[in-house]
Amino acid sequence: MNRNSPLLEVVGITRRFPGVTAVDGVDFSLRAGEVHALLGENGAGKSTLIKILGGALGKDRGTILLNGASVDFHSPADALAVGIAVIYQELVLCPHLSVAENVLMGHLPRAAGLGIDWPAANRRVAGVLAQLGVTIAPTTLVGRLSTAQQQLVEIAKALSRDSRILVLDEPSAALGQRDLEHLFGVMRLLREQGVALVYISHRLEEVFAIADRVSVLKDGRLVGHWPIGEVTMQGLVRAMTGRDLGVIGGAETDIAAPVRLEVRGLGRKDAFQDISLSLRAGEIVGIAGIVGSGRTELLRAIFGADQPETGEIEVDGVPVRLRSPVQALRHGLGLLPEDRKLQGLLLGRALRENVSLASLRRFTRFGILRPAQEERAVRALMGELQIVARGSGQSVETLSGGNQQKVVLARWLARQCGILLFDEPTRGVDVGAKEEIYRLIHALAASGAAVLIVSSELKELFAICPRILVMREGRLAGEFAGSHLREEEVVDAMLMGGRSDGTAAVATG
Amino acid sequence: MGLQQSLPVERAAGGDRQRLDVREMLTRYGTFIALIVLIVVAALLSPRFLSPVNLMNVLRQTAIVGVLGIGMTFVILTAGIDLSVGATLALSAVMLAGTLESTGNIALAMLAAVLAGMAVGLGNGLGVTLGRVQPFVMTLGMLGIARSLAFLYTGGEPIPVLDRTFLTLGIGYLWKVPIPSIIFIAILIVAALVLRYTPFGRAVYAIGSNEEAARLSGIEVGRVKTSVYVISGFTAGIGAIMYCSQFASAPPIAGEGYELDAIAAVVVGGTSLFGGQGGVIGTFFGALIIGILSNVLNLMGVSPFAQPLAKGALIILAVLIVGRGRRG
Repeated sequence: MNRNSPLLEVVGITRRFPGVTAVDGVDFSLRAGEVHALLGENGAGKSTLIKILGGALGKDRGTILLNGASVDFHSPADALAVGIAVIYQELVLCPHLSVAENVLMGHLPRAAGLGIDWPAANRRVAGVLAQLGVTIAPTTLVGRLSTAQQQLVEIAKALSRDSRILVLDEPSAALGQRDLEHLFGVMRLLREQGVALVYISHRLEEVFAIADRVSVLKDGRLVGHWPIGEVTMQGLVRAMTGRDLGVIGGAETDIAAPVRLEVRGLGRKDAFQDISLSLRAGEIVGIAGIVGSGRTELLRAIFGADQPETGEIEVDGVPVRLRSPVQALRHGLGLLPEDRKLQGLLLGRALRENVSLASLRRFTRFGILRPAQEERAVRALMGELQIVARGSGQSVETLSGGNQQKVVLARWLARQCGILLFDEPTRGVDVGAKEEIYRLIHALAASGAAVLIVSSELKELFAICPRILVMREGRLAGEFAGSHLREEEVVDAMLMGGRSDGTAAVATG
Repeated sequence: MGLQQSLPVERAAGGDRQRLDVREMLTRYGTFIALIVLIVVAALLSPRFLSPVNLMNVLRQTAIVGVLGIGMTFVILTAGIDLSVGATLALSAVMLAGTLESTGNIALAMLAAVLAGMAVGLGNGLGVTLGRVQPFVMTLGMLGIARSLAFLYTGGEPIPVLDRTFLTLGIGYLWKVPIPSIIFIAILIVAALVLRYTPFGRAVYAIGSNEEAARLSGIEVGRVKTSVYVISGFTAGIGAIMYCSQFASAPPIAGEGYELDAIAAVVVGGTSLFGGQGGVIGTFFGALIIGILSNVLNLMGVSPFAQPLAKGALIILAVLIVGRGRRG
């Protein structure tokens, strides 16, 4: 296969959102008849990039060249018209209509008069499906099909519009092993027919199984692109997580310090099993693991946001049953959630209200809030965290990503929690704010708090955690501290399942 | 909470974003500006509008929908809705009249009205929180239930309310202001203070703004959401007291369509149906706007058939203006 001139070329694409540059000067090229994998951790900019390619989002800067000619999209219809189809993770099919109606939606063949030429429609769809090597009757209702079959219908829909470029956004997330192999079969078939495919997945084994080339994004920038034969799994993980510092490590763990949090045999169906860990006062412990390893689910279960089914939790040596966040807070736990916009911030409300939300009791006497006290505490935290805002009354919606994250952090500082669970504390935050957050986490630990940190960035964990636990497929896959805290070993533990057996898929959950 | 709360922000904002501020002004003070414009237009169109007697009439007529609107504001701030308030008012009214008829005790009768309203609200709240029924569906169902209970209780006939002492509540004056309006203002002030100066008020805004974030911050979401429906039931009970004392009667059809007027007052007052934005001061102005509009249309002799048209157009216009400002 030697089709060297790129079919699609993206040059210097940039897209900003308030407070964050989601895609920053990214170059990307796609040849006819190749499968190009696009990799990156959550928030790296993959979805923004493919939305721009699919016409769902506009770009602030940059050029999209199709066969060497510049194109500009204002809507998904524009992109479809020139042959680019994006199949998003959430399928957009009408379950109550037939396969044929879904595939030909908007351009069903007309019979004489106003009617639809059903025989012709079904014939055409059967033809497209046969081209994919799929045997689904065109008259079947889409709602009756499995997720895997629905994906194939989406692909058929794209092909029926003569799409030459197909973008698949994490198609494997909802597929079992057999369906996945079938999908790969279809992708190979399309590749032979000269279709260009962009494939997004978090599962590296899949990338090695199907891709011809791979591009890695991180923090909105392109880290690099390589022919698949020139990279290793470890190299890709390193590219995605951006480990480029030497081992720094934090302060040594004080083994005389009291254990604040003890977790034994914690499990939750389809998310994680048999997790045991302990956390001492003043300790910072990291949890590494790729997306889907159960790391976020574990933190939520410890905090009582989801209920674990097995295992027990002790706080300060006393067994507790945390049925809700309210109870977790009473025991001194705080959770910085993974997605600050969906789970952390009251976007339309003032900074002040966001900061004091978890500690309103502190500012209340006889049931009445004392605004002056609240204001003083909020101002003090704004100073301590160097939150840049016009004032405590500014709506958090208008703050930058880093400042928004600091507002959520400030909420837990105001609460004076002794056990802090941080999920991706620096996601979508610029470098300067990251360092301030690291400094703050160190200060918290130095003042006696116990901190558990989940992060996609190994660099981050290595920089602040003297002890790192690794999760893989919902289980603890290793614990590293002191002289064993080496990048290669941690990466190996994160991936081992996939490496020892080329076909094993990493569990999602 | 629109009006006063914005002051520190405006001051701190300085002059760096002039254009945005004009929009913000429109969003924040839009209801108030609209009210002033409406009053000026009304005064020009009808010389009788500004007469003290007429103004007092407007205030009195606004009181019931205004009070319902206050309870409704709490519900809508949590991104909920209460369609049952009109029917709840009827149930409370017949309970009041029935109790008054059999015991002659005014205090007991008013207590019956308020408790009946709060009971209906508790039902709504538990259905929404424990039952996880959508607020729209839950309160729509409750609308039917409460209305039907009112009919069953009275056998379909209105119960007359004859106690003269009680009737002064509806038609009397205190310092030359109609008593219902004084009750309305008093409840308004309490509600505004609760929303602004209590942890409960903060929780109401937090839930409407981002329920998951509120839950993860230790807010007892179920309890707060149940409470706002109880508050709405409470204001429906107060509305029933005003109704019976003004009309000297408690018909089971009382309050029909009031839920829509109350929602209109809240929306015209600038509270977002998606929750988390707005407040009762806005609802006060919203209720006044709707009250003045009906009054002016009456004074000008506009056909009653055309009046809902004017009201409907006003609501859509208000949401267009407020919505545009907010998205900007």
